[in-house]
This record gives sequence, C-alpha cells and structure tokens, in this order.
Amino acid sequence: MQASPPSLLSAAWIIARKDLAVELRTRSAFLSVLVFTLLGLATFYFAWDPSAVAAVDLAPGVLWVTFTFAGLLGLHRSFGMEAQDRAIDALLVAPVEREAIYLGKALANFVFVGTVLCAALPALVLFYNLPPAPALAALAPIALLAAIGLVSVGTLFSSMAVNTRLAELLLPMLSLPFFVPIVMASSQASTRLLAGRPLAEAMPWIKILIAFDLVFVVACTVAFPYTLEE
Amino acid sequence: MLLALAAVAGAVTRILAFTPYEAHQGAAQKIYYIHVPAAMSAYLALGVVAAMSIVYLWLHDERSDRLAESAAEVSFVFTTVVLVTGPLWARPIWNTWWSWDARLNLTLFLWFVTAAYLVLRGAIEQDAMRARYSAVLGVLAALLVPFIHLSVYLFRTMHPMPIVLKPSEPSLPREMLTTFLIASLAFLFFGVALIRARYRLTPLLRSSAGGGNA
Repeated sequence: MQASPPSLLSAAWIIARKDLAVELRTRSAFLSVLVFTLLGLATFYFAWDPSAVAAVDLAPGVLWVTFTFAGLLGLHRSFGMEAQDRAIDALLVAPVEREAIYLGKALANFVFVGTVLCAALPALVLFYNLPPAPALAALAPIALLAAIGLVSVGTLFSSMAVNTRLAELLLPMLSLPFFVPIVMASSQASTRLLAGRPLAEAMPWIKILIAFDLVFVVACTVAFPYTLEE
Repeated sequence: MLLALAAVAGAVTRILAFTPYEAHQGAAQKIYYIHVPAAMSAYLALGVVAAMSIVYLWLHDERSDRLAESAAEVSFVFTTVVLVTGPLWARPIWNTWWSWDARLNLTLFLWFVTAAYLVLRGAIEQDAMRARYSAVLGVLAALLVPFIHLSVYLFRTMHPMPIVLKPSEPSLPREMLTTFLIASLAFLFFGVALIRARYRLTPLLRSSAGGGNA
C-alpha cells in the first residue's frame, strides 16, 4: 500500500524538523550566531558616549542592526548545508511541492532566529538598563514580526546566493535593501513604545511590518520554485 | 541617439541661458531642471526592469531579459546623477550635503537595489540562471518600492514637495515650467535612447565575455 504524499504544510513541517534536528545535533551555527549577537550588543555599548544619548534611546537601534546582521549569518547556512554533496537534489526528488521546501526552511530559520532572540532580548534589557517587563512586552511582538519578514526574504535569497560565485558577499547585498523597511519600522515602533508613548503612535509602523510580512511571505513562496535549478 | 543628445544639449542651453533665476535660491535652483528629469528617467527605467522581469518569468523570452539588463544599467546611471546633483543643490540651500530625509532614503535605496541587481547579474555565468534570478530579484524589488515609499510619507519631510505633478495647478511661473517640461522630455528621450543603445550592444558583450555560453 502506498501512502499519499504529504500535504504542503505537513511537508514543510517535516523539512523544518529535519533542518532543526541537524542544527540541534551540532549547535555550531546557533552558538556562533548567539555569540555574535551578544558581542554586537556589547560592542555598540562601548562605542557610544552615555552622556550624549540615553540608553533607552539607543537600545532599539542597536537591537535591530545586530539582529539583521546576525540573521544574515544564520540564513547563509540554510541552503549552504544543502550545497554539500548536492543534498538539495534529495529534496528536489522527494514527492513534496517546491513551495514546501521553501516554507520548511523558512520555518526552521524562524525558529532559529526566534531562539537567538530569546537570549538577545534579555541581554539587551540587561546591558541597556531597560525596565524588564514593559520593554520585553513591547519588543517581543515586534521582534516576532520582524523575524518573519527577515526569514522570508532571507531564505529566498539564501537559495539564490548559494548557487553563485560570490555567495557570502551576495546574500547581504541582496537582502539588506529588503531588510531596511523591517529595521525602519521596528526601530520606529520600538523607540516609541520604549519611550512610553501610547500604542496608537506605534501602530502605523506595526502595520507596515505586518503588511511587509504578508506580502513577502506570499511573494517569496511563489518566487521560490524559480530559484531552483531545473 | 543623436537626436536625444541634441535634445539634452538644447535643454541645458535653455536652462543656463534662458530661464530666470528663482527669487530665494538663486543659481542653485537650476539644478532642479536636471535633478528631477533624471529622477523621472530613473524611475521609468526601473519600471521597465520590473515589467520585463515579470514578462521573463511568464514567457521565458530572452529579449525581455536583455531589455531588463539594459534598463537596469541606465537606471543606475540616472539614479547616480540624482544622488550627485541632489547634494550639490543641498549644500548651499540646506547647509548640509545629506539629510536622512525620507525621499533621499528612497532614492539611495533604489540605488542599492539596482546595484544589487547588477552585482547579481555579474555573479552568474549561465545565461538562463542569470535571467531567472535577476527576474526574481526584479519582481521582489518592485514589490519593495511601495513599502519604502510609504515610509516616506509617514514622516514630515524636508525635501521640497512636488510643485508640478500635484492635484492643484503647478505653482511654477511660466518660463520655468516650460524649461522644466523641455528638460523632462529631453531626459526621457535620452533615457530611452540609452536603453536602446545598450540593448543593441548586449549580444556583442555577451559573446565577448562568455565566449559563447549557451
């Protein structure tokens, strides 16, 4: 008796589990991204004059910049791991839709980035002296929305960059312009919320983030099959 | 192409010799006649890139890829002109070369995206893959532009608001409006001529660089 091929979402889930299992075994990428993030947060602190800018004003910008670059580090390995021994062929031959491969990898990247954030946000609160409960309540949802945007675009460009000559240079070059609206909207929203402004002031930026996520998750899912070699 | 160059030369003459000085800004205001038309040509060329990217993904016609490539290079050049003339104007008027104003961000950003497009093209040797990947990037970039544009209008901007293309009547005096229209047409014409010239050049460039890559 033959089992029917998995549906789109269950296939994506299987692929995500595979990627996360690989990552869990070695933990090398996770640890390096985590250390990079913490180092980034600390370095920005050393680079700035505390009498000039208050910590609470600096913190959001530092967080989003560090988050972006750390995200890029993690994203590269997403398709980089498939390049060895042409492991991508096994995925292509499997009876799953191409879009499921993209969704699975994006989901795995999202879990990866989310886990790093779980450590980075408390570190930010610690280093920059933010009030823990209000700051985390403000930053965590924004971080989640930003992470969705980041991984959706980054996973797609990772699959493209890995096939080119300049893979490690190209991924940041392609992705950073697309990260700009995410960083802009997240920083604007979190600066306002951390300064104690009402939610309504931050809402336009949060709406931009949500819109960005919706548009780009769909667009990248549709575009992904075009980036795979025929 | 010759006609386009003549049109640009004519426009520049008119700008320099025949247009009155603006009351508050003096001579520096004349950069407006180059800056804005260049921006219009740049946007037009970028629109061509986006459209041709969609066409390529739909029809897989190699000519649309060639046109997208040519339009991207021309757009890059014109955006560079905008980004150079802008600060040249800004220094005497705003007393700063650059302000992180929203509209400046949008243009800088388009410059980065176009640069990324051209670097991507340079990084891939096989024609078919290059065309496919560039088309994907082109379509995504086209989707991205409205988001950046939205952020432009979410904060108050220092950059002069539109004085011609706006709902009420243009607020430029007659001679300046004429010069502006002449300059716009000249630059648009020039942009189209450049795209056509570059398009004709593509097969030669590819055969000399790739040595006949299929």
